[in-house]
Amino acid sequence: MRSVASGVERAGPLSLRPTWATLRSGGRTASPVPLGLVMAALLTTAVLLIPPLYLVIRAAEGWQRSWQWLLHPRTWHLLHNSLVLAGAVTVTAVALALPLAWLLARTDLRHKRLWLVLLALPLAMPSYVGTFALQAAVQPGGVAAILLESLAGRVTLPRVEGFWGAWWVLTLFTYPYVLLPVRAAWSRFDPGLEEAARSLGVGRARRFWRVVLPQLWPSVTAGALVVAMYVLSDFGAVSLVRYDTLPLAIYAQYGGSFDRARAAVLALLLLLITVVLHRVERAVQRRQAVLFRAQPGVPRPPSPVRLGRWAGPATLACALVAVAAWGLPALSLLHWLSWGLVRGTSGVDHLRAVAQAAASSVYVAALAAAVAVAAAFPLAYLTTRFPGRLARAVEEAAYLSFGLPGIVVALALVFFGVRYLGPLYQTISLLVMAHTVHFMPQALAPQSAALARLNPHLEEVARSLGERPAGVLRRVVLPLLRPGVLAGASLVFLTSIKELPSTLLLSPTGFRTLAALTWMSAAEGFFARAALPGLVLLGVSAASVAIMLRHEQERWGHR
Amino acid sequence: MRVKRSPKLVAAALLAVGLLSMWVVGSQGARGPTSSQDMGPVVVYSGRSEALVGPLFEEFERATGIDVRVRYGDTAELAATLLEEGSRSPADLFFAQDAGALGAVAAAGLFEKLPQPLLDRVEPRFRSPHGSWIGVSGRARVVAYSTERVRPEELPDSITGFTDPRWKGRIGWPPTNGSFQAFVTALRKTLGEDGARQWLLGVKANEPKAYRNNTAIIQAIAAGEIDVGFVNHYYLYQFLAERGPSLPVRNYHPRAGDAGAMVNVAGVGLLKSSQHKEAALRLIDFLLSRQAQEYFASQTYEYPLVVGVPAHPDLVPLERIKTPHIDLGDLADLETTLELLWETGVL
Repeated sequence: MRSVASGVERAGPLSLRPTWATLRSGGRTASPVPLGLVMAALLTTAVLLIPPLYLVIRAAEGWQRSWQWLLHPRTWHLLHNSLVLAGAVTVTAVALALPLAWLLARTDLRHKRLWLVLLALPLAMPSYVGTFALQAAVQPGGVAAILLESLAGRVTLPRVEGFWGAWWVLTLFTYPYVLLPVRAAWSRFDPGLEEAARSLGVGRARRFWRVVLPQLWPSVTAGALVVAMYVLSDFGAVSLVRYDTLPLAIYAQYGGSFDRARAAVLALLLLLITVVLHRVERAVQRRQAVLFRAQPGVPRPPSPVRLGRWAGPATLACALVAVAAWGLPALSLLHWLSWGLVRGTSGVDHLRAVAQAAASSVYVAALAAAVAVAAAFPLAYLTTRFPGRLARAVEEAAYLSFGLPGIVVALALVFFGVRYLGPLYQTISLLVMAHTVHFMPQALAPQSAALARLNPHLEEVARSLGERPAGVLRRVVLPLLRPGVLAGASLVFLTSIKELPSTLLLSPTGFRTLAALTWMSAAEGFFARAALPGLVLLGVSAASVAIMLRHEQERWGHR
Repeated sequence: MRVKRSPKLVAAALLAVGLLSMWVVGSQGARGPTSSQDMGPVVVYSGRSEALVGPLFEEFERATGIDVRVRYGDTAELAATLLEEGSRSPADLFFAQDAGALGAVAAAGLFEKLPQPLLDRVEPRFRSPHGSWIGVSGRARVVAYSTERVRPEELPDSITGFTDPRWKGRIGWPPTNGSFQAFVTALRKTLGEDGARQWLLGVKANEPKAYRNNTAIIQAIAAGEIDVGFVNHYYLYQFLAERGPSLPVRNYHPRAGDAGAMVNVAGVGLLKSSQHKEAALRLIDFLLSRQAQEYFASQTYEYPLVVGVPAHPDLVPLERIKTPHIDLGDLADLETTLELLWETGVL
């Protein structure tokens, strides 16, 4: 029997699949939190608090000066710009991702797996490489301009600059953060809910608003939060299109004025926005998710919507998005590469350097992914199984650094590492620590979601059958958590591999990654030399996107 | 079962490899006792790119047998790192793209005073007045002009001449460019805050076109969009090398000795915390050698700063450029400049 259970019904003791929200809203606060778990979570949290702590120390140095400056009109101008851009990009990224998610989840579009990989690929594009390549593509003599001119005669393409440039570019690079979770949620949908609504005479539009959207909402808001934070912390794209935001001003403080107190105040402002956004997202999640309660039984796969004569336009739309988001930048890179080959600047030495950098990149990113998912586990377990004040505080700490620009996190680790971790300073381990601290929410969110979907009664049954807590964890929880762990690991891998400031400042001297190699060459105008590492970076990341999605698919295939 | 185990195994293997490499890297970093002859290794934080200066360091290693370890990065980020590291820095030398960054590190008291004989090889205007850093190569601010639409004698002696209404609609500038902003900072130091504001507003009244960078300005002059532009000197020579001498654009160095003719430098400083000062000084000595100086002149069209090494023959000789009297290390005040640019609506 399937039923639509609207209202605020709590998961009763007999429910086999209590929702995320019922767990969070205190369904299971009775049992005491194991001490080991608390210790593990607190230890992780202490490390996560390094960047905020560093900012407070630096801001306190120039206390009066800094706080006066907080009221300066320019600060408001920067704040305004940052918020407007983050808001605009979030809206368009969601608007772009929703129809694509629908096409990939609920229709009979052909080659959906392939399209999914192609449309998720922008995740692999570092924003500084992508923006630079896009700008080059549309300027006179760029690949897009050449292509269009051969088709339509002489045209002037708009320059990728200012607010509009930032909006456009960042939407294209961030929509996959919404697309992936929404598509996954949409393909997990229980069609019974929609059928029940239809049998009650609810029209198509109302069904979407009342039944479909509320179910999608948690994944939409989770994705939107990531997009907003990405935009708030982005330096690469805004510096290239020259749009004046907080990260740009923070870089100017470090770079041009060397006023660390002012930089810290601006960064604390970003941190504050992060906290607010995270709280809003959590409130939305809590309110929305309670509306529906999944029911026992195995949901049957939904039958796909037939596209019919819309199949052509739908495919074209997917292709257009993919071409704009990474096709053009990749073409630009290829264009430069061919240039380099013709002029002979891409010799064997260059190839060897790129191969070495590729190995280093994969190695560091994989380590960061492994450490991040391991460190995220106690946090995820605490927040889903023992909600309460401690859990909320710990979760918030995990999000703090996510909205900070890379340079701030890198310098915080420089500050901390050189003072207290001398022997580890400028070793791989500190670099991995920086990535872990910075990108923790990406490891945490999928694990928490997977844990929330996991029936806690399973653990209780295992306990009642005589298994020890450690055994329950190892034999029951961890195997079932695998998809969430893998999704988190892939996201951390993808973000770490393209991260630049930490890599440049914290890696062992002489250690080179693809991101560093690409940036170093492009910064001095050696585009032909930047092309190969850029393309390899895209290729490696594409492979990891494909692996991530394959595992996700397998999982739904089993059910 | 096997399938389920594999990610754990991979993770365990990765961790093992990670720990191993930490140990390897860590043991490499350990410094042996200094022998009578300091053989390094010299750790350089370089804000100049590997493609440009890498070959120089290799040449130094070949010639002296001293090991050079370079951390390449953005000049500003590396300066910020040095400030955070303070006296614990593993770096011996800082090779910066611009003098402002050197000035900031010097102001924090992190640089050692360089030996006088070394300093004397470069004119005083291109090094720290306190001897804490020294310029290696120079970039001049110039006014690039169209040889088709501007006669050289029309060009004003001072950069302030461009506030004259007869330049209306003929000027291009790059308000977001770092070198341009350093020039505005120099304007503030020479003319005062009010003077700089007047200049910005005066030029703004002439409705200048804003470009993204120096290259775009040279292109725009060649294409007839504008007649003059405020740029660095070497971009023109890159164009001339590519398109030949028929390109109708040339450089003009304002004669009045103001910020419009400023020569900014890329330079180097020795960290107080260095444990290989002797070897590090030999590297500075090498960067100031004729060989290295000629390398900069030929690779980048920058000005060699060592007295007696000639610039590229197409360039106006350094001796004939009248630069303003400012401490280049003082230009590290970008935020006030940004505020001014923002306030005047230029940015």
